Amino acid sequence: MQTNTLYNSSATQPDNCINIQSSIASDDCHTVGNTSVKNPRMNCRNVDVFYADKQAINQVTLDIGRNEVIAMIGPSGCGKSTFLRCLNRMNDTIDSCRISGEILLDGQNIYDKRQDVVPLRAQVGMVFQKPNPFPKSIYENVAYGPRIHGLTSTKSDLDIIVESSLNRAGLWDEVKDRLNQPGTGLSGGQQQRLCIARTIAVGPEVILMDEPCSALDPIATAKIEELIDELHEEYTIVIVTHSMQQAARVSQRTAYFHLGNLIEVGETNQIFSNPRHKLTEDYITGRFG
Amino acid sequence: MSNKIDNEVLSASPNKSMQRVQASLARRYAKERRFRRMGISAVITGLLFLSLLFGSIISNGYTAFWQTYIQIEVHFDAEMLDPQGQRSPEALSAANYGGLVKRSLRQMFPQVKKRSDKRKLYHLVSSGAAFQLREMVMNNPQLIGSTALIWVAADDDVDMLMKGHINRHKPEADRRMKDQQISWVDELLQQGRIEQRFNTTFFTAGDSREPELAGIRGAVMGSIFTLLITLALSLPIGVAAALYLEEFAPTNRLTDLIEVNINNLAAVPSIVFGLLGLAVFIGFFGMPRSVPIVGGLVLTLMTLPTIIIASRAALKSVPPSIREAALGIGASRMQTVFHHVLPQALPGMLTGTIIGMAQALGETAPLLMIGMVAFIVDIPGNVMDPSTALPVQIYLWADSPERAFAERTSAAIMVLLAFLITMNTLAVLLRKKFERRW
Repeated sequence: MQTNTLYNSSATQPDNCINIQSSIASDDCHTVGNTSVKNPRMNCRNVDVFYADKQAINQVTLDIGRNEVIAMIGPSGCGKSTFLRCLNRMNDTIDSCRISGEILLDGQNIYDKRQDVVPLRAQVGMVFQKPNPFPKSIYENVAYGPRIHGLTSTKSDLDIIVESSLNRAGLWDEVKDRLNQPGTGLSGGQQQRLCIARTIAVGPEVILMDEPCSALDPIATAKIEELIDELHEEYTIVIVTHSMQQAARVSQRTAYFHLGNLIEVGETNQIFSNPRHKLTEDYITGRFG
Repeated sequence: MSNKIDNEVLSASPNKSMQRVQASLARRYAKERRFRRMGISAVITGLLFLSLLFGSIISNGYTAFWQTYIQIEVHFDAEMLDPQGQRSPEALSAANYGGLVKRSLRQMFPQVKKRSDKRKLYHLVSSGAAFQLREMVMNNPQLIGSTALIWVAADDDVDMLMKGHINRHKPEADRRMKDQQISWVDELLQQGRIEQRFNTTFFTAGDSREPELAGIRGAVMGSIFTLLITLALSLPIGVAAALYLEEFAPTNRLTDLIEVNINNLAAVPSIVFGLLGLAVFIGFFGMPRSVPIVGGLVLTLMTLPTIIIASRAALKSVPPSIREAALGIGASRMQTVFHHVLPQALPGMLTGTIIGMAQALGETAPLLMIGMVAFIVDIPGNVMDPSTALPVQIYLWADSPERAFAERTSAAIMVLLAFLITMNTLAVLLRKKFERRW
């Protein structure tokens, strides 16, 4: 199932985004490639993000399809993490952060006044750059989400959720004998899979991953990538990564960000083999970044 | 000019630059040694002063834990105590026990005849002896009519003589004990009727004008009640304020102003808080004077900034990744704070609280302002009873002229220091126990 069959309109070709030194404030900077998909899970329309007076994201429009892995790449400070954190309103915790535009989840604007962030974050889970298990037992780490959302009424139901979440995160066999030991005692890769299990346990639709492998060694990275590949059959995954190889390995679509602008988006194969924008080409061929 | 030097340096052969490194190495190491010596000498000076402080307090005060007792033979004369033979508590309570003690002393030294000499004789025994006898009779009226050997507390002058604080080689006019009294004491010593015992009175009695009857129980209870009020108020208020300011309040002008003011309050002299307490709690709200509840309220005002600052620091040290993790799976802000942030910050908060409490325990000035400096004999039973506090008791005793109060002052300081050391140790242990590695 390749995503290119979902594209439904042609690309617009910009000509004024070439100057990489230029300020990001220009409104007429268009994205190369097809930003929309059929039957998307999330739609982002003209998203602007400001930190105090500094603009971090400029007019980003992007659809996120169902059960796809979309990778966001780009040089440091390009706004890809900021954009990711808009998708479950994690930026709300930053006082100086302002967001305009619309982000729809299943047709509902998540920045609507009536939208409660608690259920939103249960629907759109997040895995962070540094593994951050709670300083509690492995079991408690996974059980915490279902417990606060009241997903189960009995202990045995909770046990089932914990086991299946750990199973799907590929961690069950490694920890089943020590569920009561602290989650912080696991290795880095195991901790990150524990965090993924913790996210899955709440039953989200979308999982956001903010450079989930940047603190891990290659073997642990390989395991997480394998896991992402399995999980995307059930979940929509948005992953921010610094590793272009990783983006190429795990994602179906790739979005390239530069200085707050979404420069190019497209099928991963096409982005890496035949980038259409000069900046994308420069980045993936390693001329800067 | 500078170019020339640069060139010289740059053109130096590797050999030459190694020489320079060697030369500078000696200088660098010398600097390090000098710094280390300075540090060690600073630590040694500190320890020296600390041991001087402890040494002087302990050498002055340890004798207060012993008290001289005199054995007297008392005949509980029914004729004298209860002439009507009613054995009613009122009659027994009002009876002349002092006369009983005096009669025993006269019988022990029948050669004393002159009135003024008799008075000197009576001074050997503490005025508390009569109360001791009364208590014995009240508890057991059957004693009336019998004769018993009883150990009673000696007067503080006898105690001081026994402890060597009164120099018997001084001219008679220069000392509180006269030659005659000293000879009686020597006689009693020979008879084995004088003994030094552990001074339980010091730990069980309230304040008294007589040093041998004075104890710190009243002050300790007053301090405990005051600190309980302080803890019960300042811990929840301080932690709640810190939580709100750190986790919920937006950062704006107002919260900046609040932060500056809290830091200022921490530096306000404690006597100002005492005046505030006097004006507000006693003057405006009409609360009684000299009571631990007002003392507790005043010390709460004084301790709050310390607790808030320590609690905020503890909250700040909780890694933000824990907050993100909880928020990221849909915990509300309240759940994030109470399930994850607060448990991590609690040891730090408790440490700050205990340090604040230790500070409050040693605080005197604000208590003077609200009247907890009164002479109070009764041991307070609740927070509304008039009382003093330990540091105030020390202040009061330090003012007293009797030599025996000097050693009791030092002993009370030792008790206060013991409390402080215990509390600070507790703070360290708590931190050690709950400290987490990330």
